[in-house]
Amino acid sequence: MTTHIKPALLMLLIFTLLTGIVYPLAVTFSAQLLFPSQANGSLLGTKEQPLGSELIGQAFSSPEYFWGRPSATSPVPYNGGASSGSNQGPTNPALIASVKARIKALRDVNPSQLEAVPVDLVTASASGLDPHISPAAAKYQISRVAIVRHLSPNSVSDLVDRYTEGRQWRILGEPRVNVLELNLALDQHLK
Amino acid sequence: MRVIYLSAGGVILSGEILMTENGLFQIILYFITLMLLAKPLGVYMAMVYENRPVVINRLLAPLEAGFYHLSGVSPEQDMRWKEYAAALLWFNLFGGLAVFALQMLQAHLPLNPQQLGNVTVDSAFNTAVSFITNTNWQGYSGETTMSYFTQMLGLNVQNFVSAATGMAVLVAMIRGFQRTHADGIGNFWADLTRGILYILLPLSFLIAVALVGQGVVQTFKPYQSVPLVEQVSSVTEKTTQTLALGPAASQIAIKQLGTNGGGFFNANSAHPYENPTPLSNFLEMLLLVLIPAALCHTFGTMVGDTRQGWAILSAMTLVLISLVFVTVAAEQVGNPALTALGAQQSVSIDQAGGNMEGKDIRFGIVNSALWATATTAASNGSVNAMHDSFTPLGGLVPMWLIQLGEVIFGGVGSGLYGMLVFVLIAVFVAGLMIGRTPEYLGKKIEAFEIKMAALIILIPAFFILGGTALAIMVEAGKTAVANPGAHGFSEILYAFSSAAGNNGSAFAGLSANAPFYNIALGIVMLFGRYGIIIPVLAIAGSLAAKKTVPTTLGTLPTHTPLFVMLLIGTVLLVGALTFVPALALGPVVEHLMMTSAKI
Repeated sequence: MTTHIKPALLMLLIFTLLTGIVYPLAVTFSAQLLFPSQANGSLLGTKEQPLGSELIGQAFSSPEYFWGRPSATSPVPYNGGASSGSNQGPTNPALIASVKARIKALRDVNPSQLEAVPVDLVTASASGLDPHISPAAAKYQISRVAIVRHLSPNSVSDLVDRYTEGRQWRILGEPRVNVLELNLALDQHLK
Repeated sequence: MRVIYLSAGGVILSGEILMTENGLFQIILYFITLMLLAKPLGVYMAMVYENRPVVINRLLAPLEAGFYHLSGVSPEQDMRWKEYAAALLWFNLFGGLAVFALQMLQAHLPLNPQQLGNVTVDSAFNTAVSFITNTNWQGYSGETTMSYFTQMLGLNVQNFVSAATGMAVLVAMIRGFQRTHADGIGNFWADLTRGILYILLPLSFLIAVALVGQGVVQTFKPYQSVPLVEQVSSVTEKTTQTLALGPAASQIAIKQLGTNGGGFFNANSAHPYENPTPLSNFLEMLLLVLIPAALCHTFGTMVGDTRQGWAILSAMTLVLISLVFVTVAAEQVGNPALTALGAQQSVSIDQAGGNMEGKDIRFGIVNSALWATATTAASNGSVNAMHDSFTPLGGLVPMWLIQLGEVIFGGVGSGLYGMLVFVLIAVFVAGLMIGRTPEYLGKKIEAFEIKMAALIILIPAFFILGGTALAIMVEAGKTAVANPGAHGFSEILYAFSSAAGNNGSAFAGLSANAPFYNIALGIVMLFGRYGIIIPVLAIAGSLAAKKTVPTTLGTLPTHTPLFVMLLIGTVLLVGALTFVPALALGPVVEHLMMTSAKI
């Protein structure tokens, strides 16, 4: 039985070199060659002055911005260095209390908006970094953003449409709006 | 928009929208693509393991020969089952020690741009066991715990070799059916090397590069700092956001392909840098069950009767598809408590609706529920949504799929060898009913095989139920739960199921990164892996030594729809009888509470 000790150690060493060093280096080399932007985090803006990542959401809580999904990362929401969901179960009183507070916060900043709140706007995402909201959640916020920014609801609505992505290849996933890109465009719009 | 109304076992109120037309289409597309890819890959793998020439092994043959030469093994030398097991156990033991050592020393090792400290002893033990057993349960959080060096040389290496180990054991078992009056069941080193070199490594490379194209990160740079657009938030004083990076794609490709499932980042495949788009999601979701599905064809090809592979694949697929619809329906209906508060959970062209707590928008309900079902049917365990936040029935399905023994697709290799054990049980039960000696593929199934099969079924059940019982009796077990009431019990039951089934997914609210759970779950993972592998190899050895009896009119055919139903019945009945009482205390109670709004 001990005859296998030596091959076991040597095989482990060989496969550590092959799959632990050669393979990741080969993937990195190919990735940096073929898809340098994606491999380094899909950053927006310029290389010297990145403005965030296309793929990672940021926290927004002022009424002049579109708000994203609630985020359960700690110590701050949308902590890109520590992704996490809330892991609250459906019958957890803490979840019910959080959703209640989130609905109230949305109603407080726009009392004239009386529709039921799209559920993704009041529930924490899985990653805590979800860059998207549903088109329904974006539409829900158009009137507020338009009022606060003194813009016509139509121009804000046009902007939302421009940043609404359909299903990939018309089939896969769900339609969605990139919140960070939309808010960056809103700020541009003002200038 | 047109919607489809389905009845999911009468548990959902009639009239509610359970799935959109697009949702159904995505599910159908998924299964069709899976079936189309499984056949050629399965046949290819049979050629690899039988050492028949194919293009890639001609190219890499010198490398393979070099590996054998360096490590001093002769690949043609047949091993008896005990030798095969010994080689496997030594190799896994050293692998575990290496992962343990890397974690304990990472602060002093290179490629640690975030200067992460050494891991605690109990967590390092848990993670080492977790990765050698192909479980990839993660008590730790990737981006705040593991250096790039540990991820690459420790975790990523085990992603490959633990998957190849499972496939090797399956191939050894198949040889048991193929051979007559034979002493040996193959050579572990050859099976291991061929699995990595000709199957896992080339596929992973292609997948990793494709994933980077969709936005998965692959870099050795330190974490990136970017300015926040809303500079002064009312919540925080921070003006910048830190983005965790790393050589992720190379690890994600194999963790999906090899039914490992351990995320590079804490949020696993929910993290946008791990699974950025619906297309990356579709690809990663296919990989969850691709090799387990393909191995059914490998089996059929190797035993010289492709119908046998189809029969097993049909049984697996029927169970998976049925349960996918239950999960999707449960999640689409959502949480009645949130509707009462004024949240809109109905599906429309503008939103996926449903239970969106713990789900990301790009995946919505359908892709989150489909993933959760597939990742627990396979013993992959990577997640793109938080199972802990699923509705009670939506969370019951993944948990039960693990408890079925990880045989509905299951892990690479381990799923099919587990299912073949259930086949032996089904043949045995049928034999009892018709009063004939049970046979499978010309091999008489006798007392020794059935004893080993019983062990294989009882060991995980013992550790799941016993472990859960222990955890709810001790303070350290109870204080770790995050959600009160029945759901807290579900978190514990899920943890032990996941460990014993070598799945690795979690009801992740459970604070499992503490000595009690790290040690208890570590032990359960070891028994859940090697407590199965050893009796499986024993069965292989016993079968190889037997003669092959000719098929007669009285032989029970094992490729017919009738046998598929018998097999499904055996798996479901054993799973239901063993776990329904425990499930009743967790998800079932919670479902009744939620729907009667007593919360």
